[in-house]
Amino acid sequence: MSTIVLLTLTGLGLAALYFLVASGLSLVFGLADVLNFAHGLFLSVGAYATWWAAGNLPGAGPSGFGFVLAVAFGVAAGAVVGMAVELVMIRPLYSRTIEQVLVTVGLSLAGVALLQATWGADPRPFPRPDWTQRVTPVLGAKVPNSGILLILAAVLVLAALLGFLRYTRYGLVIRAGVENREMVTALGIDVRKAFTLVFAIGGAAAALAGALGGVYFGSVSPSQGGSLLIFAFIVVVIGGMGSVVGSAYAAVAVGLLQQFVNYYGTSGAGDICVVALLAIVLLLRPQGIAGRAATT
Amino acid sequence: MSETPILTVADLSVRIAGLHILQGVSFTVAPSGVTVLLGRNGVGKTTTLRAILGLTPRGGEVRGTVRLGDRSLAGEPTHRLVRDGLGYVPEDRCVFAGLTVTENLRLAERRGGVPAYDRVFELFPELKRRGRQRAGSLSGGQQQMLAIGRVLLNDNRLLLVDEPTKGLAPKVVTEVAEVLERVAVAVPVLLVEQNLAVVRRLADDAVVLAAGRVAWSGAADELLREAELTRSLLGVGVAGEPHAPAATAGVSQPVPAESAPVDREVSAG
Amino acid sequence: MTGGDEVTGGAGVSGGDGVTGDGVRGDGVTGRTEETGRLHRAGSDVQGRTEEAGMTTGLKTAVADNPPAAPPTAGSVPVPRRNWRSALRTWSPLLVLLVLAVLPYSTVSVPGVFDGPLNGPGTLQLLAICLVFGGLAAGYDLLFGRTGMLSFGHALYFAAGVYGTDILVTKAGLPLWQAALLTLVGGTTLAALLGAVALRTAGIAFAMVTLAFAQVGAILVARDFGGLTGGEEGLSLDVSGLPAMLVGVGNTVNLYWLALAYLALVVFVVHRVAGSPTGRVLAGLRDDERRIGVLGLDPYRFKLLAFTLAGGLATAGGAIYCLLVGGASPHVTSSELTLSLLVMVVLGGPGTRWGPVLGGVLYMYLDHRLTAFGTSSAVESLPGVLSGPLSQPLFVLGTVFILAVYFFPGGLTSLSTRLTPFRRLRTDRSS
Repeated sequence: MSTIVLLTLTGLGLAALYFLVASGLSLVFGLADVLNFAHGLFLSVGAYATWWAAGNLPGAGPSGFGFVLAVAFGVAAGAVVGMAVELVMIRPLYSRTIEQVLVTVGLSLAGVALLQATWGADPRPFPRPDWTQRVTPVLGAKVPNSGILLILAAVLVLAALLGFLRYTRYGLVIRAGVENREMVTALGIDVRKAFTLVFAIGGAAAALAGALGGVYFGSVSPSQGGSLLIFAFIVVVIGGMGSVVGSAYAAVAVGLLQQFVNYYGTSGAGDICVVALLAIVLLLRPQGIAGRAATT
Repeated sequence: MSETPILTVADLSVRIAGLHILQGVSFTVAPSGVTVLLGRNGVGKTTTLRAILGLTPRGGEVRGTVRLGDRSLAGEPTHRLVRDGLGYVPEDRCVFAGLTVTENLRLAERRGGVPAYDRVFELFPELKRRGRQRAGSLSGGQQQMLAIGRVLLNDNRLLLVDEPTKGLAPKVVTEVAEVLERVAVAVPVLLVEQNLAVVRRLADDAVVLAAGRVAWSGAADELLREAELTRSLLGVGVAGEPHAPAATAGVSQPVPAESAPVDREVSAG
Repeated sequence: MTGGDEVTGGAGVSGGDGVTGDGVRGDGVTGRTEETGRLHRAGSDVQGRTEEAGMTTGLKTAVADNPPAAPPTAGSVPVPRRNWRSALRTWSPLLVLLVLAVLPYSTVSVPGVFDGPLNGPGTLQLLAICLVFGGLAAGYDLLFGRTGMLSFGHALYFAAGVYGTDILVTKAGLPLWQAALLTLVGGTTLAALLGAVALRTAGIAFAMVTLAFAQVGAILVARDFGGLTGGEEGLSLDVSGLPAMLVGVGNTVNLYWLALAYLALVVFVVHRVAGSPTGRVLAGLRDDERRIGVLGLDPYRFKLLAFTLAGGLATAGGAIYCLLVGGASPHVTSSELTLSLLVMVVLGGPGTRWGPVLGGVLYMYLDHRLTAFGTSSAVESLPGVLSGPLSQPLFVLGTVFILAVYFFPGGLTSLSTRLTPFRRLRTDRSS
């Protein structure tokens, strides 16, 4: 029993990580039709910025409020980078989908190389408050606090995103844009502003994933973002591109499946099951679980 | 026409994926009343409206000038044109199916203006009642009301309305025509319409496209009076023609201009 | 340097495909649609051809399935010059092939470009790797540039070739030719099977599915299922059973020739396919899939054909690569490898005859040489802000790639196309 609880909660922790990466990816794709290969870079930026801030930013540190500040700095850095990427690199290629993909591919290659050049290819120990390294007993299982932290963060982000999409003007524009971007323009709305916003949101969420993932794994390395990205892509496709809620469901399915099969089967079998799940979903329901709508 | 036109289209050419959809279209829209854009299916009516709005798909090539009043619209982004008073009611309604009616309307509120909900709800009381309903679950007629309503929330200098009666039941067609008639009192309308009964009721001026060019333009009743002319230009009979064949989406090869008046017998009537 | 001439010659040829090397801007699209239009009219109307007939290559007209060639009056190009130019186009690739084939007999050193003489084993191996990737990129272009399929999983079939050969030789102890043949059949079958599933989707979803399939390959290799792949360590090739002529540093030249043969084969196959009716259907799919559907052709079957063929070619490249580097390492399974293929094709010029080859060769060359360049004293002496990034080949290549997408959307070959007006000006003046 305790094993199942543990696997469920660590699976959910993994799902939380996937969700944080996939939600932004999904919105960016749904609204702007951009398959963003640089999204993993946003994650790495968040992780490195948090790591850097904990050591160098006045007031920030590896524990207590200092750590919150460091994470906030990382998230802000992710948002800024996301926004900058949209404004400088994506916008000039407006509606040229393939070129946009190519540019993000180039950016992911160059960005990771840049991180490597600056901080080396080897993993660096990540600053983390002591309490995140302890465990909390849940129904007899000793669950790592960092996993619980990830789950809580993902739930908060999900709630915040849904609230934003449902109750704000920009949320309305984004939801409408995911359905029919051109018609939003034809109502007199500059939909590109929403693109920038979505990139910023996606960048921030991915950066949060980077920071909390750093806490979870205990280290940070330039290639971390890339390896998470592939599973985030899978989550996006399974969940339905452009759907935040769909991403959440798909993330949970993928995280749990991976964790359980990897534990009870051979290591790595879970990853393969996830791809099999993707193939099945695509064959049965090519538009994903949710279809094309931001909040369903 | 002695008045200064509200919209002037001069030598408009559109090439999409190598096909010349429009080849030098020129016409004007009077500052009041309804100007109807007519022509057979695939002749480029929708393309014309979309080119005016800057909505030509990527890879498409647009040449020529479009002026709203005395301002050139070339190269302006669509959203700015719309904010400047170019209201667009697209073909197939294009309401946001996942959003509620209220949200659809809220989305259409333009920056800087005061949304005229009174005007919209007076024309379409139905929209007020169904505010919380998802637009996707409305009937075709209701969706059309919503599509027109959201444009009327704002003050427009010109409305571009693309086939508002397409696929609607006869009774609803009449309702839509009534609404447009009332709307046209205040705002000039450039209307693409296949239903000749509606055209007869609304049109002041007419522009007929054939093979990517303007084949005829002038007062609408002049066109409709001449049965033979109408038949050759539009390929439809005039008397009692209830509804022209539904337009098919997509682009088709324009017929060479020389062979334009191919007779096609219409069984109806 | 003669290389420049070859490049321009190649670009002229590629222009004849109706693909101006530019999938992005209006004019490129136009060129393509003309080709589709031709298809549309089912060969009865040759009007669309006349404009390009002057550029049709000797090789292309040699393809028997071509519709009747355009009337010789086509174009205003004087006949003698066209003969001269078309002769150049026909023969220059063979000339390059010849030069490359005899290159190992040269002991010339090119300081700065290669370490040591041209026929040194190090240089030959580097050149051979470049050639293999040139061929690989050309094969990938069959999907991306010529059919418009964005596959993110091409590394899988290359890796199948590398690991398949390696495992069958090293673990199963098969003779090389059997191992290579089995691998080729296996890799092609794999491409056919996975393609059959992945092609149920299109566009971005297709990209993701292929990416995910390739990821399975990467996981299988990394986790060392059944102890076959050697996991993270990789698996070095057991050379004891190999033909002697392919073993040892002294025999690098034979591997070089093998790589050259592979490249020539891929270029030949891809061009043969592109010039055939099938190739025109593929180009039609790239431009507008619906029109192919309208013609009553099944897009799925043609796409699967291209996917399978490209997969088979990649598998063959993998087998040669395995011999070349003497084993397999997990990085050949990574999605990064597919991404670099994409970079190669886009840098070179998608949908052109020589662009992808050129892109592949240059990319691999730079990838290897930039590492040396990055640690050279010239870079070391730069301030840290510059020397750090410059020592990372991927940073340089990624940046160049991004700039290429913005400023040279047709890749390297489009550069020479852009210079064509000047060239014409020159010849006009001289005549």
